[in-house]
Amino acid sequence: MAEFSSANRTLISSATLARPRGKAIYWTVLSVVLVVFTLVFLGPLYWMATSGFKSVHEVLQNPPTLIPKDPHPSNYKTAWTQLKLAKLLWNTFYYAFGALAFQLVFDVAAAYALSKLRPVLGNIVLGGMLATLMIPSAVLIIPQYMTVLDLPLLHVNLINHPWAIWLPTVANGFNIFLLKRFFDSIPDDLMAAAAIDGAGPTRTLLSIVLPMSRPILGVVSIFAVVNVWKDFLWPMLVEPDPSKQPINIGINSLSQGVPQNVLIAALAISALPTLLIFLLFQRNIMSGLTAGSLKG
Amino acid sequence: MAATTVPDKTTRRHAGRAAGPKAQGGRGGLSRKLSQNLQAYGFLIGAILCFGFFSWYPMVREFIMSFQQTKRGVTSWVGFHNIKTVYHDPYFWTAWKNTGLFTLYALVIGFAVPFFVAILLNELRHARAYLRVLVYLPVMLPPVAGALLFKYFYNPEYGLFNRILKIFHLPTSQWLDSSHTALISVVIAATWMSMGSATLIYLAALQNIPGELYEAADLDGAGLWSKIWHVTIPQTKLVLSLMLLLQIVATMQEFTNVFLMAGGNGPENSTMTVVYMVYQYGYRYNNFGGAAALGLFLLLVLAGFSGLYARLNRNSD
Repeated sequence: MAEFSSANRTLISSATLARPRGKAIYWTVLSVVLVVFTLVFLGPLYWMATSGFKSVHEVLQNPPTLIPKDPHPSNYKTAWTQLKLAKLLWNTFYYAFGALAFQLVFDVAAAYALSKLRPVLGNIVLGGMLATLMIPSAVLIIPQYMTVLDLPLLHVNLINHPWAIWLPTVANGFNIFLLKRFFDSIPDDLMAAAAIDGAGPTRTLLSIVLPMSRPILGVVSIFAVVNVWKDFLWPMLVEPDPSKQPINIGINSLSQGVPQNVLIAALAISALPTLLIFLLFQRNIMSGLTAGSLKG
Repeated sequence: MAATTVPDKTTRRHAGRAAGPKAQGGRGGLSRKLSQNLQAYGFLIGAILCFGFFSWYPMVREFIMSFQQTKRGVTSWVGFHNIKTVYHDPYFWTAWKNTGLFTLYALVIGFAVPFFVAILLNELRHARAYLRVLVYLPVMLPPVAGALLFKYFYNPEYGLFNRILKIFHLPTSQWLDSSHTALISVVIAATWMSMGSATLIYLAALQNIPGELYEAADLDGAGLWSKIWHVTIPQTKLVLSLMLLLQIVATMQEFTNVFLMAGGNGPENSTMTVVYMVYQYGYRYNNFGGAAALGLFLLLVLAGFSGLYARLNRNSD
C-alpha cells in the first residue's frame, strides 16, 4: 500500500507525506474524512434502521434518541403487513427481472446483428437508436404514455400490465452502444472460424460471443435491474392499480395515515434489496459505472 | 481494437454469413445476401419494434400532439393554441425560474462537491475501498427511501437537522416548509442521493493523470491550489465538461424528488419545476396537448445546452 511510484503519484508526493509534518497532516485529514464520511453517508441509513424500532412517541420526540430506548421490532412486522410490502417487493422484483430478460434478449441480439452481421441500412438503424439518447426522457413521457394507452396498429392498452414497464426498457440506446462496442472488439477471425465449422449466427452468438462478453453483460444486467428499481414517474403513470405498483410508488401512496415509525421501518425494508445487490456486486457496479460513462 | 477489426481478405472470403454481406460476390450472391439480411433483421426485430413503439413514434408524436387537442374523444389541430396556453399560464415563469434555480444550486453543490471529494479520496492512501463504497451507498437507495427519510430529517419540529443545528447553537430552519428554503432542501437531499456516481467517475479520471505532470509542477514550486488549477482541472477537462452537460440535462428534468419531498409544487409553488408542470397538465388538467407543448419548450432549452456544449468542445480542440 505504501509503495507509490511516479506513475501513480498524485497531487501530494510521497516524499512530502513522509516528512513528520506531512505525516501529521495526512493522518489528521484521514481521520476527519473517515469520521465525516461515515456520519454523512452511513449516518442517515443508521438513523433509518434504528428509527424503525422506535415507538410513535419516541420517533417524534425532541431531542431525538441515538439508540432506541425501548425497541419495538413489531414496527417492521406492522410495516410488512400494513403496507403490503411483500406484494410491493414482489412486483418490483418481477418488473426488474422481466425488464432484464427482455433487455438481454433483444438488446444483445440487436447489438450482435449491428456489430457482426452488418445488414443493409444497419448504420441508419444504429444511428436512430443512438439518436434517442439525445432526447430528454421527461419530454417523451406524455407521448409514451399515450402510446401505452393505445398501442398503435395493435390497439392494445398496456396500462396496469407489466409489458408497459418491460418493453420500453428495451429501447435503451445506451445498452446497444455499450454492447455493440464490446462486440466490435471481438475479432472477426473468430466469427469466421465458427462459420467454417458450420455454425450459424445464432450458434456463433450463443457459444462464442456471449461467453466472451460476460463482463459487459454483467454491467448491463446490473444497470437494467437498478434502473427499474429506482424508476418513479413512469411506473406511477402506467401502474395505477395499487396491487400492481412497485415499491417506490406503493410506499409513497400508502404513506399517508401510516404512523411515522412504521413508515420508516417500511423505508428501511425497501432499501434492503438494492443495498444488498450493491454490496454483493460493488466491484462490477463501480467498474461498469466508469466504463459506461467515459465514452470515447 | 482497430487492428482486430481490419478485414482480412482471405478470411473474409471464407467467412460466409458471419462476416457480413461485403464478403459475398459472384453468382448466387444476391439470394444469399437477401437471406443474410433477413437473418440479421430477425435478430434486430425485437429491438426495432420496441424503439419504434416507445421511442421513435413518441418522438414524432410529441411534435404532433403539441399542435393538437382532444376534446370528448375528438382530436383536432389547434395550431399554436397549446403553446400559447402554457406560455400564458400564470406559473409558466415560476416553473422555469425554479427549474433554473434547481439546476444552478445542483451545479454549485452537486457539481463542485463530488469533484473535491474525488480529489480528496484520490490523495488518501488508506481505506479507499471503504470510502468509495460509502459515497456510492445512497445511489443504490430506492428514491422513496431516500426522499421520505430526508423529509423526516427536515421536519422543523422533531427533525434531526434542526436538532444538530441547535447543538451547535446555529439558527434552525423551516426546511421544506418554507418557500425560501424548500428548493435548496430538495437539492441537498438529491445531491446526497446521487453524488456517488459523479464522484466515482471523477476518481477514475483523476487516476489517469500522469504523475510526471505533478512532479514537474513541484519542480516549478507550485502550491496545492495551483497544482489543482493548472494540472488537475485541465487534465480532467473532458470528463468535467461532459458531466456538467449531463448534470444540467438531468437536473432540468427534476421531478421525483420534488414530488416525494415537497408534494410537487411545495410551499407557495416554490418547488414547482417544469416537469412537474408537465405532469400537472397531463394528469391533473387532462390537457395532453398543453403538456406536450411544455415538453417542447423543455426540449428546445436542453437541445440549446447540448448544441452549446458541442460548439465549445469543437472550439477547444
